[in-house]
Amino acid sequence: MAEITAKTIIPKALSRSRTASQLKDWIGILPFFLFILIFLIVPSTNLFIGAFQDQQGNFTLANLAAFLSDAYVLRAYGISLEISVITSVVGGVMGFFVAYAITMGKVPGWMRNILMSFSGLAANFGGVPLAFAFIATLGHTGFLTAILKSICFTGASGVQTCPFDIYQDGFNLYSITGLTLTYLYFQFPLMVLTITPAMEGLKREWREASENLGGNAAHFWWYVALPILWPSILGASILLFASAFGAYATAQALTGGTIYLVTIMIGAQIRGDVLNNPNEGYALALGMVVIMAICIVGYTILQRQTVRWLKL
Amino acid sequence: MNAKKTNWWALLWAVIGLLYFFVPLYGTLDFSLRMQRGVLSLKAYQVVLADPQFLASFRYSATMGLITILVSVLIFLPTVYWMYLKVPQARPIVEIITILPFVIPVIVFVFGLIRTFSGSPFQLTATPFKTDILITTGYVILSMPYMYRAIDVGMRSIDVRGLTEAAQSLGSNWAQILFNVILPNLRGAVLSGSLITFALVIGELILGDFLARPALGPYMVQVGRDTAYQPSAMAMMSWGLTWICLGLIQLVARGSNSQTLTGR
Repeated sequence: MAEITAKTIIPKALSRSRTASQLKDWIGILPFFLFILIFLIVPSTNLFIGAFQDQQGNFTLANLAAFLSDAYVLRAYGISLEISVITSVVGGVMGFFVAYAITMGKVPGWMRNILMSFSGLAANFGGVPLAFAFIATLGHTGFLTAILKSICFTGASGVQTCPFDIYQDGFNLYSITGLTLTYLYFQFPLMVLTITPAMEGLKREWREASENLGGNAAHFWWYVALPILWPSILGASILLFASAFGAYATAQALTGGTIYLVTIMIGAQIRGDVLNNPNEGYALALGMVVIMAICIVGYTILQRQTVRWLKL
Repeated sequence: MNAKKTNWWALLWAVIGLLYFFVPLYGTLDFSLRMQRGVLSLKAYQVVLADPQFLASFRYSATMGLITILVSVLIFLPTVYWMYLKVPQARPIVEIITILPFVIPVIVFVFGLIRTFSGSPFQLTATPFKTDILITTGYVILSMPYMYRAIDVGMRSIDVRGLTEAAQSLGSNWAQILFNVILPNLRGAVLSGSLITFALVIGELILGDFLARPALGPYMVQVGRDTAYQPSAMAMMSWGLTWICLGLIQLVARGSNSQTLTGR
Protein backbone atom coordinates (compact mmCIF):
# COMPACT_ATOMS: atom_id res chain seq x y z
CA MET A 1 0.00 0.00 0.00
CA ALA A 2 2.77 2.36 0.89
CA GLU A 3 4.20 1.80 -2.57
CA ILE A 4 0.99 2.82 -4.27
CA THR A 5 0.68 6.04 -2.32
CA ALA A 6 4.29 6.91 -2.90
CA LYS A 7 3.95 6.40 -6.62
CA THR A 8 0.69 8.26 -7.04
CA ILE A 9 1.08 11.16 -4.68
CA ILE A 10 4.71 12.18 -5.05
CA PRO A 11 4.62 13.13 -8.75
CA LYS A 12 1.58 15.34 -8.11
CA ALA A 13 3.23 17.04 -5.18
CA LEU A 14 6.33 17.55 -7.25
CA SER A 15 4.52 19.14 -10.12
CA ARG A 16 2.63 21.44 -7.80
CA SER A 17 5.49 23.20 -6.09
CA ARG A 18 8.67 21.60 -7.20
CA THR A 19 11.14 24.28 -6.21
CA ALA A 20 9.55 24.99 -2.83
CA SER A 21 9.55 21.39 -1.69
CA GLN A 22 13.04 20.85 -3.04
CA LEU A 23 14.33 23.77 -1.05
CA LYS A 24 12.70 22.32 2.03
CA ASP A 25 14.43 19.00 1.38
CA TRP A 26 17.84 20.63 1.23
CA ILE A 27 17.29 21.95 4.75
CA GLY A 28 17.75 18.40 6.00
CA ILE A 29 21.41 18.36 4.99
CA LEU A 30 22.04 21.96 5.93
CA PRO A 31 23.69 21.13 9.28
CA PHE A 32 26.31 19.10 7.43
CA PHE A 33 27.03 21.94 5.02
CA LEU A 34 27.22 24.41 7.90
CA PHE A 35 29.65 22.23 9.80
CA ILE A 36 31.86 21.85 6.73
CA LEU A 37 31.62 25.54 5.95
CA ILE A 38 32.68 26.61 9.43
CA PHE A 39 35.38 24.06 10.15
CA LEU A 40 36.81 23.24 6.74
CA ILE A 41 35.95 25.82 4.08
CA VAL A 42 36.36 28.96 6.16
CA PRO A 43 39.73 27.97 7.70
CA SER A 44 41.12 26.93 4.31
CA THR A 45 39.80 30.00 2.52
CA ASN A 46 41.15 32.11 5.32
CA LEU A 47 44.65 30.82 4.56
CA PHE A 48 44.24 31.51 0.87
CA ILE A 49 43.06 35.03 1.53
CA GLY A 50 46.04 35.51 3.80
CA ALA A 51 48.31 34.46 0.97
CA PHE A 52 47.09 37.45 -1.05
CA GLN A 53 47.26 40.04 1.74
CA ASP A 54 50.03 42.10 3.21
CA GLN A 55 50.32 42.42 6.97
CA GLN A 56 47.91 45.35 6.98
CA GLY A 57 45.31 43.33 5.13
CA ASN A 58 45.62 44.96 1.70
CA PHE A 59 45.54 42.87 -1.44
CA THR A 60 48.98 42.02 -2.77
CA LEU A 61 50.83 39.50 -4.88
CA ALA A 62 54.05 40.17 -3.00
CA ASN A 63 53.72 36.99 -0.89
CA LEU A 64 53.57 34.83 -3.97
CA ALA A 65 56.52 36.68 -5.42
CA ALA A 66 58.47 36.29 -2.17
CA PHE A 67 57.55 32.64 -2.01
CA LEU A 68 58.66 31.99 -5.58
CA SER A 69 62.00 33.72 -5.07
CA ASP A 70 62.77 32.39 -1.58
CA ALA A 71 65.60 29.88 -1.93
CA TYR A 72 64.65 28.07 1.32
CA VAL A 73 61.07 27.62 0.24
CA LEU A 74 62.01 26.47 -3.24
CA ARG A 75 64.46 23.98 -1.78
CA ALA A 76 61.76 22.63 0.53
CA TYR A 77 59.47 22.17 -2.46
CA GLY A 78 62.34 20.55 -4.34
CA ILE A 79 63.00 18.01 -1.58
CA SER A 80 59.31 17.28 -1.11
CA LEU A 81 58.80 16.78 -4.83
CA GLU A 82 61.93 14.65 -5.09
CA ILE A 83 60.88 12.30 -2.29
CA SER A 84 57.30 12.12 -3.54
CA VAL A 85 58.32 11.36 -7.12
CA ILE A 86 60.97 8.79 -6.15
CA THR A 87 58.74 6.95 -3.68
CA SER A 88 55.78 6.95 -6.04
CA VAL A 89 57.85 5.65 -8.97
CA VAL A 90 59.78 3.05 -6.97
CA GLY A 91 56.75 2.16 -4.88
CA GLY A 92 54.66 2.08 -8.03
CA VAL A 93 56.99 -0.32 -9.84
CA MET A 94 57.33 -2.53 -6.80
CA GLY A 95 53.61 -2.50 -6.12
CA PHE A 96 52.91 -3.24 -9.77
CA PHE A 97 55.02 -6.37 -9.76
CA VAL A 98 53.72 -7.53 -6.40
CA ALA A 99 50.18 -7.05 -7.71
CA TYR A 100 51.19 -8.95 -10.81
CA ALA A 101 52.49 -11.77 -8.62
CA ILE A 102 49.23 -11.78 -6.67
CA THR A 103 46.88 -11.75 -9.65
CA MET A 104 48.63 -13.56 -12.48
CA GLY A 105 51.87 -14.89 -11.09
CA LYS A 106 50.59 -18.25 -9.86
CA VAL A 107 52.41 -17.79 -6.56
CA PRO A 108 51.32 -20.12 -3.74
CA GLY A 109 47.95 -19.24 -2.22
CA TRP A 110 49.31 -18.55 1.26
CA MET A 111 51.73 -15.99 -0.13
CA ARG A 112 48.94 -14.30 -2.03
CA ASN A 113 46.75 -14.10 1.07
CA ILE A 114 49.51 -12.70 3.26
CA LEU A 115 50.52 -10.15 0.62
CA MET A 116 46.94 -9.01 0.16
CA SER A 117 46.09 -8.62 3.84
CA PHE A 118 49.45 -7.08 4.69
CA SER A 119 49.01 -4.55 1.92
CA GLY A 120 45.81 -3.41 3.61
CA LEU A 121 47.61 -3.27 6.91
CA ALA A 122 50.84 -1.60 5.78
CA ALA A 123 49.06 1.01 3.67
CA ASN A 124 47.39 2.02 6.91
CA PHE A 125 50.50 1.88 9.03
CA GLY A 126 51.94 5.33 8.80
CA GLY A 127 52.84 8.14 11.09
CA VAL A 128 55.05 7.97 14.13
CA PRO A 129 55.07 4.18 14.72
CA LEU A 130 56.36 3.59 11.18
CA ALA A 131 59.33 5.83 11.88
CA PHE A 132 60.01 3.86 15.08
CA ALA A 133 59.85 0.57 13.20
CA PHE A 134 62.46 1.74 10.73
CA ILE A 135 64.72 3.14 13.44
CA ALA A 136 64.59 -0.26 15.14
CA THR A 137 65.40 -1.95 11.83
CA LEU A 138 67.82 0.31 9.98
CA GLY A 139 68.95 2.78 12.65
CA HIS A 140 72.53 2.83 13.95
CA THR A 141 71.84 -0.13 16.25
CA GLY A 142 68.98 -1.56 14.23
CA PHE A 143 68.28 -5.20 13.66
CA LEU A 144 69.08 -5.29 9.93
CA THR A 145 72.05 -2.93 10.34
CA ALA A 146 73.57 -5.35 12.84
CA ILE A 147 73.00 -8.39 10.65
CA LEU A 148 74.50 -6.72 7.60
CA LYS A 149 77.43 -5.48 9.63
CA SER A 150 78.22 -8.98 10.89
CA ILE A 151 78.73 -10.31 7.35
CA CYS A 152 82.51 -10.21 7.15
CA PHE A 153 85.12 -11.86 4.99
CA THR A 154 88.76 -12.39 5.67
CA GLY A 155 90.66 -11.27 2.62
CA ALA A 156 93.77 -12.85 1.12
CA SER A 157 96.06 -10.60 3.12
CA GLY A 158 94.31 -11.54 6.34
CA VAL A 159 92.45 -8.25 6.61
CA GLN A 160 88.82 -8.54 7.61
CA THR A 161 86.42 -6.66 5.38
CA CYS A 162 82.78 -6.11 6.19
CA PRO A 163 81.28 -4.90 2.91
CA PHE A 164 77.79 -4.39 4.31
CA ASP A 165 78.55 -2.06 7.18
CA ILE A 166 75.98 0.34 5.77
CA TYR A 167 76.68 3.31 8.01
CA GLN A 168 80.36 2.96 7.18
CA ASP A 169 79.37 2.95 3.52
CA GLY A 170 77.59 6.26 3.85
CA PHE A 171 74.03 5.15 4.45
CA ASN A 172 72.01 7.16 6.92
CA LEU A 173 68.42 6.45 7.88
CA TYR A 174 67.90 10.05 8.93
CA SER A 175 68.44 11.27 5.38
CA ILE A 176 66.41 11.55 2.20
CA THR A 177 67.37 7.98 1.27
CA GLY A 178 66.23 6.73 4.67
CA LEU A 179 62.99 8.64 4.44
CA THR A 180 62.43 7.19 0.97
CA LEU A 181 62.90 3.63 2.24
CA THR A 182 60.51 4.34 5.09
CA TYR A 183 57.82 5.84 2.88
CA LEU A 184 58.04 2.81 0.61
CA TYR A 185 56.61 0.77 3.46
CA PHE A 186 53.20 2.34 2.88
CA GLN A 187 53.70 3.38 -0.76
CA PHE A 188 54.06 0.02 -2.46
CA PRO A 189 51.15 -1.59 -0.55
CA LEU A 190 49.01 1.39 -1.57
CA MET A 191 49.93 0.61 -5.18
CA VAL A 192 49.07 -3.06 -4.67
CA LEU A 193 45.66 -2.13 -3.26
CA THR A 194 44.79 0.27 -6.06
CA ILE A 195 46.16 -1.69 -9.03
CA THR A 196 45.03 -5.21 -8.11
CA PRO A 197 41.37 -4.70 -9.11
CA ALA A 198 42.47 -3.39 -12.51
CA MET A 199 44.76 -6.36 -13.04
CA GLU A 200 42.02 -8.74 -12.07
CA GLY A 201 39.98 -7.09 -14.82
CA LEU A 202 42.43 -8.29 -17.50
CA LYS A 203 40.53 -11.08 -19.17
CA ARG A 204 42.12 -14.44 -19.80
CA GLU A 205 40.61 -14.36 -23.30
CA TRP A 206 42.71 -11.33 -24.21
CA ARG A 207 45.85 -13.22 -23.44
CA GLU A 208 44.63 -16.24 -25.37
CA ALA A 209 43.67 -14.07 -28.31
CA SER A 210 47.12 -12.52 -28.28
CA GLU A 211 48.73 -15.96 -28.20
CA ASN A 212 46.52 -17.23 -31.00
CA LEU A 213 47.68 -14.36 -33.15
CA GLY A 214 51.25 -15.43 -32.53
CA GLY A 215 52.07 -12.88 -29.85
CA ASN A 216 54.50 -13.67 -27.08
CA ALA A 217 54.42 -12.35 -23.52
CA ALA A 218 56.14 -9.11 -24.51
CA HIS A 219 53.60 -8.50 -27.26
CA PHE A 220 50.75 -9.15 -24.86
CA TRP A 221 52.07 -6.72 -22.28
CA TRP A 222 53.08 -4.03 -24.72
CA TYR A 223 50.07 -4.08 -27.05
CA VAL A 224 47.25 -5.32 -24.81
CA ALA A 225 47.80 -5.18 -21.06
CA LEU A 226 49.68 -1.92 -20.63
CA PRO A 227 47.40 0.16 -22.86
CA ILE A 228 44.47 -1.06 -20.77
CA LEU A 229 46.24 -0.69 -17.46
CA TRP A 230 47.98 2.63 -17.96
CA PRO A 231 45.18 4.88 -16.68
CA SER A 232 45.05 2.82 -13.47
CA ILE A 233 48.82 2.81 -13.17
CA LEU A 234 49.05 6.54 -13.66
CA GLY A 235 46.10 7.19 -11.36
CA ALA A 236 47.58 5.02 -8.64
CA SER A 237 50.94 6.78 -9.03
CA ILE A 238 49.23 10.13 -8.51
CA LEU A 239 47.65 8.77 -5.35
CA LEU A 240 51.07 7.62 -4.14
CA PHE A 241 52.59 10.97 -4.98
CA ALA A 242 49.89 12.83 -3.04
CA SER A 243 50.20 10.57 -0.02
CA ALA A 244 53.95 11.17 0.17
CA PHE A 245 53.68 14.87 -0.58
CA GLY A 246 51.25 15.54 2.28
CA ALA A 247 53.11 13.36 4.78
CA TYR A 248 54.38 15.01 7.93
CA ALA A 249 54.33 12.72 10.96
CA THR A 250 56.72 10.04 9.69
CA ALA A 251 59.31 12.57 8.57
CA GLN A 252 59.00 14.54 11.80
CA ALA A 253 59.38 11.45 13.99
CA LEU A 254 62.20 10.00 11.90
CA THR A 255 64.38 13.03 11.37
CA GLY A 256 63.17 15.41 14.08
CA GLY A 257 62.48 17.99 11.38
CA THR A 258 66.04 18.15 10.02
CA ILE A 259 64.93 17.37 6.47
CA TYR A 260 63.16 20.45 5.26
CA LEU A 261 60.08 19.13 3.53
CA VAL A 262 57.31 21.61 2.74
CA THR A 263 55.13 20.06 5.45
CA ILE A 264 57.93 20.32 8.00
CA MET A 265 58.49 23.93 6.98
CA ILE A 266 54.81 24.76 7.42
CA GLY A 267 54.99 23.13 10.85
CA ALA A 268 57.95 25.31 11.78
CA GLN A 269 56.11 28.34 10.43
CA ILE A 270 53.08 27.57 12.65
CA ARG A 271 55.34 27.16 15.70
CA GLY A 272 57.19 30.40 15.24
CA ASP A 273 57.12 32.28 11.97
CA VAL A 274 60.47 31.07 10.57
CA LEU A 275 59.87 32.97 7.35
CA ASN A 276 59.51 36.28 9.22
CA ASN A 277 56.39 36.91 7.22
CA PRO A 278 53.21 35.10 8.25
CA ASN A 279 51.60 35.84 4.91
CA GLU A 280 54.37 34.11 3.01
CA GLY A 281 53.57 31.09 5.19
CA TYR A 282 50.03 31.15 3.86
CA ALA A 283 51.37 31.26 0.31
CA LEU A 284 53.49 28.20 1.20
CA ALA A 285 50.37 26.36 2.33
CA LEU A 286 48.41 27.50 -0.73
CA GLY A 287 51.11 26.06 -3.00
CA MET A 288 50.66 22.63 -1.38
CA VAL A 289 46.91 22.68 -1.81
CA VAL A 290 47.24 23.69 -5.47
CA ILE A 291 49.54 20.72 -6.12
CA MET A 292 47.27 18.34 -4.20
CA ALA A 293 44.21 19.63 -6.06
CA ILE A 294 45.89 19.03 -9.41
CA CYS A 295 46.66 15.49 -8.21
CA ILE A 296 43.12 14.73 -7.17
CA VAL A 297 41.60 16.14 -10.36
CA GLY A 298 44.04 14.08 -12.42
CA TYR A 299 43.27 11.02 -10.36
CA THR A 300 39.52 11.46 -10.79
CA ILE A 301 39.82 11.81 -14.57
CA LEU A 302 42.03 8.73 -14.83
CA GLN A 303 39.75 6.81 -12.48
CA ARG A 304 36.86 7.41 -14.88
CA GLN A 305 38.94 6.06 -17.77
CA THR A 306 39.78 2.97 -15.76
CA VAL A 307 36.19 2.27 -14.87
CA ARG A 308 35.24 2.51 -18.55
CA TRP A 309 37.86 -0.05 -19.53
CA LEU A 310 37.00 -2.50 -16.80
CA LYS A 311 33.35 -2.48 -17.81
CA LEU A 312 34.22 -3.92 -21.24
CA MET B 1 49.72 -23.79 -21.72
CA ASN B 2 52.29 -23.60 -18.96
CA ALA B 3 50.01 -23.80 -15.95
CA LYS B 4 52.40 -25.98 -13.95
CA LYS B 5 55.58 -24.06 -14.57
CA THR B 6 56.68 -21.88 -11.69
CA ASN B 7 56.73 -18.20 -12.55
CA TRP B 8 60.07 -17.25 -11.00
CA TRP B 9 59.70 -13.58 -11.83
CA ALA B 10 56.40 -13.38 -9.92
CA LEU B 11 57.79 -15.46 -7.08
CA LEU B 12 60.76 -13.11 -6.77
CA TRP B 13 58.49 -10.09 -6.38
CA ALA B 14 56.21 -11.89 -3.95
CA VAL B 15 59.24 -12.70 -1.81
CA ILE B 16 60.53 -9.11 -2.02
CA GLY B 17 57.09 -7.89 -0.94
CA LEU B 18 56.95 -10.32 1.97
CA LEU B 19 60.46 -9.37 3.10
CA TYR B 20 59.62 -5.67 2.98
CA PHE B 21 56.62 -6.35 5.19
CA PHE B 22 58.22 -8.65 7.69
CA VAL B 23 61.81 -7.49 8.16
CA PRO B 24 60.91 -4.12 9.77
CA LEU B 25 58.16 -5.81 11.73
CA TYR B 26 60.51 -8.47 13.03
CA GLY B 27 63.25 -5.92 13.59
CA THR B 28 60.91 -3.82 15.70
CA LEU B 29 59.73 -6.83 17.69
CA ASP B 30 63.29 -7.97 18.27
CA PHE B 31 64.40 -4.50 19.33
CA SER B 32 61.46 -4.04 21.67
CA LEU B 33 62.41 -7.20 23.59
CA ARG B 34 66.02 -6.23 24.26
CA MET B 35 65.72 -3.59 26.91
CA GLN B 36 67.30 -5.86 29.47
CA ARG B 37 70.84 -6.60 28.43
CA GLY B 38 71.43 -10.17 27.33
CA VAL B 39 67.92 -11.53 27.72
CA LEU B 40 64.70 -11.20 25.81
CA SER B 41 62.10 -9.58 28.02
CA LEU B 42 58.94 -7.55 27.96
CA LYS B 43 60.59 -4.85 30.05
CA ALA B 44 60.12 -2.12 27.42
CA TYR B 45 56.40 -2.86 27.30
CA GLN B 46 56.17 -2.85 31.09
CA VAL B 47 57.96 0.47 31.27
CA VAL B 48 55.65 2.01 28.67
CA LEU B 49 52.50 0.65 30.24
CA ALA B 50 53.57 1.77 33.69
CA ASP B 51 54.28 5.33 32.61
CA PRO B 52 51.45 7.48 33.98
CA GLN B 53 51.97 9.92 31.12
CA PHE B 54 51.40 7.15 28.60
CA LEU B 55 48.21 6.13 30.34
CA ALA B 56 47.02 9.71 30.51
CA SER B 57 47.70 10.40 26.84
CA PHE B 58 46.20 7.08 25.79
CA ARG B 59 43.11 7.83 27.84
CA TYR B 60 42.90 11.30 26.31
CA SER B 61 43.21 10.04 22.74
CA ALA B 62 40.80 7.16 23.33
CA THR B 63 38.24 9.54 24.83
CA MET B 64 38.64 11.94 21.94
CA GLY B 65 38.26 8.98 19.58
CA LEU B 66 34.95 7.99 21.15
CA ILE B 67 33.65 11.57 21.19
CA THR B 68 34.70 11.97 17.55
CA ILE B 69 32.82 8.79 16.62
CA LEU B 70 29.71 10.04 18.41
CA VAL B 71 29.80 13.45 16.73
CA SER B 72 30.58 11.94 13.32
CA VAL B 73 27.67 9.52 13.50
CA LEU B 74 25.34 12.30 14.66
CA ILE B 75 26.39 14.41 11.68
CA PHE B 76 26.79 11.88 8.89
CA LEU B 77 24.03 9.37 9.63
CA PRO B 78 21.16 11.90 9.33
CA THR B 79 22.87 13.64 6.42
CA VAL B 80 23.43 10.52 4.33
CA TYR B 81 19.98 9.21 5.25
CA TRP B 82 18.29 12.43 4.21
CA MET B 83 20.36 12.56 1.05
CA TYR B 84 19.18 9.09 0.03
CA LEU B 85 15.58 9.84 0.91
CA LYS B 86 15.02 13.37 -0.32
CA VAL B 87 17.92 14.98 -2.12
CA PRO B 88 19.81 12.43 -4.22
CA GLN B 89 20.86 15.31 -6.45
CA ALA B 90 23.07 16.55 -3.58
CA ARG B 91 25.26 13.47 -3.85
CA PRO B 92 27.94 14.82 -6.22
CA ILE B 93 28.50 17.90 -4.03
CA VAL B 94 28.58 15.89 -0.83
CA GLU B 95 31.00 13.42 -2.37
CA ILE B 96 33.40 16.14 -3.45
CA ILE B 97 33.23 17.73 -0.01
CA THR B 98 33.95 14.45 1.74
CA ILE B 99 37.19 13.91 -0.19
CA LEU B 100 38.44 17.43 0.54
CA PRO B 101 40.45 16.23 3.56
CA PHE B 102 42.56 14.26 1.09
CA VAL B 103 43.24 17.38 -0.94
CA ILE B 104 44.15 19.58 2.00
CA PRO B 105 47.18 18.19 3.85
CA VAL B 106 46.58 17.91 7.60
CA ILE B 107 49.34 20.37 8.37
CA VAL B 108 47.70 22.96 6.12
CA PHE B 109 44.32 22.24 7.66
CA VAL B 110 45.57 22.74 11.20
CA PHE B 111 47.30 25.92 10.06
CA GLY B 112 43.94 27.20 8.84
CA LEU B 113 42.17 26.15 12.04
CA ILE B 114 44.69 27.97 14.19
CA ARG B 115 44.65 31.12 12.06
CA THR B 116 40.86 31.20 12.04
CA PHE B 117 39.87 30.16 15.53
CA SER B 118 42.71 31.03 17.87
CA GLY B 119 42.23 34.80 17.64
CA SER B 120 39.20 36.85 18.47
CA PRO B 121 36.25 36.53 18.26
CA PHE B 122 36.32 32.73 18.73
CA GLN B 123 39.42 32.20 20.87
CA LEU B 124 38.93 28.46 20.69
CA THR B 125 42.46 27.78 21.86
CA ALA B 126 42.10 29.89 25.00
CA THR B 127 41.17 27.07 27.41
CA PRO B 128 41.75 23.30 27.25
CA PHE B 129 38.02 22.70 27.01
CA LYS B 130 37.59 25.06 24.06
CA THR B 131 40.63 23.52 22.37
CA ASP B 132 39.07 20.10 22.84
CA ILE B 133 36.00 21.31 20.98
CA LEU B 134 38.21 22.54 18.15
CA ILE B 135 40.30 19.37 18.05
CA THR B 136 37.14 17.22 17.98
CA THR B 137 35.85 19.07 14.93
CA GLY B 138 39.29 18.60 13.39
CA TYR B 139 39.17 14.84 14.01
CA VAL B 140 35.62 14.70 12.61
CA ILE B 141 36.82 16.39 9.42
CA LEU B 142 39.89 14.17 9.09
CA SER B 143 37.88 10.97 9.50
CA MET B 144 35.04 12.24 7.31
CA PRO B 145 36.14 10.46 4.10
CA TYR B 146 36.06 7.11 5.90
CA MET B 147 32.97 7.61 8.02
CA TYR B 148 30.98 9.04 5.12
CA ARG B 149 32.01 6.26 2.78
CA ALA B 150 31.23 3.55 5.33
CA ILE B 151 27.74 4.93 5.99
CA ASP B 152 27.18 5.56 2.28
CA VAL B 153 28.05 1.97 1.39
CA GLY B 154 25.79 0.70 4.17
CA MET B 155 22.90 2.95 3.18
CA ARG B 156 23.14 1.76 -0.42
CA SER B 157 22.51 -1.80 0.68
CA ILE B 158 19.23 -1.13 2.50
CA ASP B 159 15.81 -0.04 1.27
CA VAL B 160 15.79 3.45 2.78
CA ARG B 161 12.42 4.49 1.38
CA GLY B 162 10.68 1.25 2.26
CA LEU B 163 11.95 1.25 5.82
CA THR B 164 11.03 4.89 6.27
CA GLU B 165 7.50 4.44 5.00
CA ALA B 166 7.00 1.34 7.09
CA ALA B 167 8.18 3.18 10.19
CA GLN B 168 6.10 6.24 9.38
CA SER B 169 2.97 4.18 8.90
CA LEU B 170 3.58 2.76 12.38
CA GLY B 171 3.74 6.30 13.75
CA SER B 172 7.48 6.81 14.23
CA ASN B 173 8.95 10.29 14.32
CA TRP B 174 12.21 11.18 12.54
CA ALA B 175 14.46 10.47 15.53
CA GLN B 176 12.85 7.06 16.02
CA ILE B 177 13.21 6.23 12.35
CA LEU B 178 16.89 7.19 12.36
CA PHE B 179 17.98 5.56 15.57
CA ASN B 180 15.55 2.65 15.97
CA VAL B 181 15.11 1.65 12.34
CA ILE B 182 17.95 2.89 10.14
CA LEU B 183 20.85 2.69 12.59
CA PRO B 184 20.28 -0.97 13.58
CA ASN B 185 20.28 -1.85 9.88
CA LEU B 186 23.58 -0.05 9.41
CA ARG B 187 25.30 -1.58 12.41
CA GLY B 188 28.13 -3.09 10.37
CA ALA B 189 28.76 0.03 8.31
CA VAL B 190 28.70 2.38 11.29
CA LEU B 191 30.91 0.06 13.29
CA SER B 192 33.54 -0.19 10.56
CA GLY B 193 33.50 3.58 10.07
CA SER B 194 33.88 3.97 13.82
CA LEU B 195 36.82 1.61 14.02
CA ILE B 196 38.67 3.48 11.28
CA THR B 197 37.89 6.76 13.02
CA PHE B 198 39.14 5.40 16.34
CA ALA B 199 42.39 4.13 14.84
CA LEU B 200 42.88 7.44 13.08
CA VAL B 201 42.37 9.55 16.19
CA ILE B 202 44.59 7.30 18.30
CA GLY B 203 47.47 7.56 15.82
CA GLU B 204 47.02 11.21 14.93
CA LEU B 205 49.99 13.48 15.58
CA ILE B 206 49.48 16.85 13.94
CA LEU B 207 46.26 18.12 15.54
CA GLY B 208 47.31 17.07 19.04
CA ASP B 209 50.77 18.48 18.58
CA PHE B 210 49.91 21.90 17.16
CA LEU B 211 46.85 22.45 19.32
CA ALA B 212 49.01 21.46 22.31
CA ARG B 213 46.74 18.79 23.74
CA PRO B 214 48.11 15.72 25.62
CA ALA B 215 47.33 13.23 22.84
CA LEU B 216 49.12 9.96 22.19
CA GLY B 217 50.86 11.10 18.97
CA PRO B 218 52.88 13.94 20.53
CA TYR B 219 53.66 11.73 23.53
CA MET B 220 55.10 9.07 21.20
CA VAL B 221 57.30 11.61 19.42
CA GLN B 222 58.53 12.80 22.81
CA VAL B 223 59.37 9.27 23.96
CA GLY B 224 61.01 8.58 20.62
CA ARG B 225 63.33 11.49 21.24
CA ASP B 226 64.22 10.57 24.79
CA THR B 227 64.41 6.77 24.96
CA ALA B 228 65.71 3.84 22.94
CA TYR B 229 63.56 0.77 23.48
CA GLN B 230 60.14 2.13 24.42
CA PRO B 231 59.44 3.50 20.92
CA SER B 232 59.69 0.08 19.31
CA ALA B 233 57.42 -1.36 22.01
CA MET B 234 54.90 1.38 21.23
CA ALA B 235 55.27 0.75 17.50
CA MET B 236 54.44 -2.93 18.11
CA MET B 237 51.41 -2.02 20.21
CA SER B 238 50.23 0.46 17.60
CA TRP B 239 50.71 -2.19 14.93
CA GLY B 240 48.62 -4.57 17.02
CA LEU B 241 45.89 -1.98 17.46
CA THR B 242 45.75 -1.27 13.71
CA TRP B 243 45.62 -5.01 13.12
CA ILE B 244 42.73 -5.45 15.55
CA CYS B 245 40.77 -2.53 14.08
CA LEU B 246 41.20 -3.75 10.49
CA GLY B 247 40.42 -7.33 11.53
CA LEU B 248 37.20 -6.22 13.20
CA ILE B 249 36.28 -4.20 10.13
CA GLN B 250 36.76 -7.26 7.92
CA LEU B 251 34.58 -9.15 10.35
CA VAL B 252 31.69 -6.68 10.50
CA ALA B 253 31.74 -5.47 6.91
CA ARG B 254 32.89 -8.43 4.89
CA GLY B 255 33.57 -7.54 1.30
CA SER B 256 33.24 -3.79 1.56
CA ASN B 257 36.35 -1.85 0.73
CA SER B 258 38.50 -0.19 3.32
CA GLN B 259 41.00 2.45 2.40
CA THR B 260 43.91 4.03 4.17
CA LEU B 261 43.34 5.42 7.62
CA THR B 262 46.34 6.95 9.31
CA GLY B 263 47.68 10.40 8.77
CA ARG B 264 51.26 10.50 7.71
